[in-house]
Amino acid sequence: MSMNEDRIHVSERLKLLGLEVYKQLESGMYPKIKLPVRSVSNIIYDQEKGVVKLGEKMSIRSSSNIKQSKAFARLMWVAAFAKTNLVDKGKSCSLRDLYYHSFNDEVIKFDEQDESDNVVIELESILGVPRETFNILPEEKSSIFGDLMIEYTTPESHAGLRVNLMSDPDGKNIGLSIATAKFIETSAKMVIAVEKGAMFRRFIEEGLYNRLNAILIDTGGQAPRFTRIVIRRLHEELGLPVYILTDADPWGMHIARVITSGSAQAAHIPFLATPNAKWIGIWATDIKKYELPALKLNAIDTQRLTTLERDPRYNDGIWAEQLKSFKKIGLKAELEAFSKYGLTAIIDRYILKKIKNIEKDI
Amino acid sequence: MIEEKYESISPADFFYRNKEIAGFDNPARATYTILRELVENSLDSCENNGITPDVEIRMIRINDTNGVLTSKISENGDLFKIRVIDNGGGVPQEHIPLAFGQVFYGSKYRLKQARGLFGLGGKMAILYGQITANTTVEVASATLGSRFVHYYELMIDITKNKPLQLKRKILENTDGWHGTMISFSFIGDYYKAKSRIIEYLWQTSIILPYASIKFIDPDGVMYAFERKTESMPKRPREILPHPHGVDVELLKRLIIKSKGMTLKEFLIENFQRVGPKKAEKFLGYAGFQPDLRVEKLNQDMIAKLSAAMKNFSEFLPPDASGLSPIGKELLKIGIEESTDAEFVHVVQRPPSSYEGHPFIVETAIAYGGKIQPAGEGEVNLYRFANKIPLLYDVYNDVSMKVIKKIDWNNYKLKIYNEPIAFFVHICSTKIPYKTVGKEYIAEQPEVAREIELGLRENARYLSAYLSRKRVEEMSRTRLNVLSKYLKLIAKYSSELTGLPELVNLPTETQIEEVVKQ
Repeated sequence: MSMNEDRIHVSERLKLLGLEVYKQLESGMYPKIKLPVRSVSNIIYDQEKGVVKLGEKMSIRSSSNIKQSKAFARLMWVAAFAKTNLVDKGKSCSLRDLYYHSFNDEVIKFDEQDESDNVVIELESILGVPRETFNILPEEKSSIFGDLMIEYTTPESHAGLRVNLMSDPDGKNIGLSIATAKFIETSAKMVIAVEKGAMFRRFIEEGLYNRLNAILIDTGGQAPRFTRIVIRRLHEELGLPVYILTDADPWGMHIARVITSGSAQAAHIPFLATPNAKWIGIWATDIKKYELPALKLNAIDTQRLTTLERDPRYNDGIWAEQLKSFKKIGLKAELEAFSKYGLTAIIDRYILKKIKNIEKDI
Repeated sequence: MIEEKYESISPADFFYRNKEIAGFDNPARATYTILRELVENSLDSCENNGITPDVEIRMIRINDTNGVLTSKISENGDLFKIRVIDNGGGVPQEHIPLAFGQVFYGSKYRLKQARGLFGLGGKMAILYGQITANTTVEVASATLGSRFVHYYELMIDITKNKPLQLKRKILENTDGWHGTMISFSFIGDYYKAKSRIIEYLWQTSIILPYASIKFIDPDGVMYAFERKTESMPKRPREILPHPHGVDVELLKRLIIKSKGMTLKEFLIENFQRVGPKKAEKFLGYAGFQPDLRVEKLNQDMIAKLSAAMKNFSEFLPPDASGLSPIGKELLKIGIEESTDAEFVHVVQRPPSSYEGHPFIVETAIAYGGKIQPAGEGEVNLYRFANKIPLLYDVYNDVSMKVIKKIDWNNYKLKIYNEPIAFFVHICSTKIPYKTVGKEYIAEQPEVAREIELGLRENARYLSAYLSRKRVEEMSRTRLNVLSKYLKLIAKYSSELTGLPELVNLPTETQIEEVVKQ
């Protein structure tokens, strides 16, 4: 299932949703629709595939229920807006745009953006595709750099234009256009995703991409959905291995975990995940091993560890191991900690070795 | 030693000296009382003959009072003339002078429900007029089918309690009229009495929906209380007294009437629901020989007999056929038409009795329409006794005390803040008035109990009505909400599909079914 295929089909899917409701109305019934339950009780971890996804539980939204009729109408409004104003016209808008657009209709009008965001998530779960496919786009920032020739498919003004992602030394912002572009040609042998812009920049400046023949990605903290889409595409379409580099703390570890197995929030669209991506550190065990300057875990960090402990995604493998280790040593370290040994030490002493070791293990 | 001087006074003289007792203590009160007494006599005259009443009252103010006022008038007031005409049975001409010119003469000395009992009020009104305005009373009357109308102009000889006949005319009854016309002048204060009078007439029209009452006031304004129905309650029968309700005085009078009878015969003949067996059983209980002649009873024996009658517990309960309740249907019509209430519920309690006097309580509750919320601590309570509205001293009345005692929260009713009105009608051969002024009813436990049971039943029905209404309102609101969103759902489903927008959305009845689920 690719992003582009989804985009082609989404207009049809929206129409089918409309038809399902229309037919019920036509036969004199109060329309009802099924939608997946998104509560924690229905989020499951698929061990085999290594991703988080929604279970089988469905709920029914009925237009004859006084408590649901408004939500029903709002869902239909978002669907109709996405189809007629966005997808069919090749335009996009942000979640915030959508929220303000609702002000045109007194009955529909959302009081808070949370409410309209939530309806968008509902629509995603019904259609089984991310909102990006129906052109409601996030505002997150993340970047990509490396030898990859792409050809834009959207917006129309740029369709057909080819660009090499190495052409901009600051990296290119990952948005709808890159996520939907065709991948034409690359010499890259791997993808390295790092959680911090400063590291991303250093890797460009130090020519890491050349030494490893890598495409670099700055996830900008927790990886946005477009970024996860691009990572997955790079892995699936180009067959590139993906390595993830984060701070050595519970938060960094989870950034890696979301890229590999998906997030609970987007459990209704599990195919954003790249289960084969590898977390190459910094691990808890590396703190001692490399004698990195470390800080003690604070209360919030510890609490986070406890939460992750209960998460099935941390039941085994490197995840269970490192979680235990963090708890044991009670320390955390940042990527920058390697600067103790010089600015390029993280590359020379760590990344190259780590990748070699991991590939060996496999 | 001081020699005391004894003299007897006539009843007319007595009332002249004690006019405050009967509600004539000031010009305003007197105005109200006069109108009321005359109207009630008219209503009785109609009802006793099974005629739906048509009563017309006219009051005019006579500006020039010079030479009319007697020195006996000390209060302020204006000279008014009142005239009341009814379509009742009329007064046989031979009775007219005494009926209107002698206190304690009348047709109401028997035991059945009637507005006044002693024929006193009307004559007090005439007497008051004569005293204050020093003018005559004019009476014209025609009985049913009479070919003549008899006209009299009278005064009351106060010291002798005798009518003075000043003029008499016999007129041809050309248009078949029957009824009575009475007219006289008095010193009164209409403007202070006005609101009371209108209130009295309005409440009368509630309890007597079959009456038509027109009042043309001294300003020439007409207040018309139209007839709302042609049906009338059944007429009360005359009944014998119940043994429990008898005192020594009445017993003596009955004995005098019954000379030659044995005690057993006397009891069977003079009291309701006493047969030969019951009489013998009672006399055994009281310690009298059944064949003792009544004239042989001495003072002490009469007292003993009277006490035994009160205490004997095996007499049957009093006969209520002497009562004339309004009935559920008529009371409902009266309340609905007078208040435009959206909900009225009437209860008629089964007959009951206190101290040998039968009584029936009718209660009603009304909601909405012109009824306004009473306000904190206040109650919209309308009281009636033998079809007469009681306007004074509402807070001392047994009905008010019953209302204050009930916890209305049990019925989810906010009697102070919701447009709720209560109606209580008590009919009895003897209304347990608390005072001579006959304005409020005492807390007779048997009576209070019947009122409470009636009002509680009313409350249950109103409560059910209101909760049904709330559910319906809620459903309607829900219906509006559902259809509002359904329209949008239809609109967007047509946008999504490109199909024409649906206009025939699920019908309201289907939505109602959904709402009920």
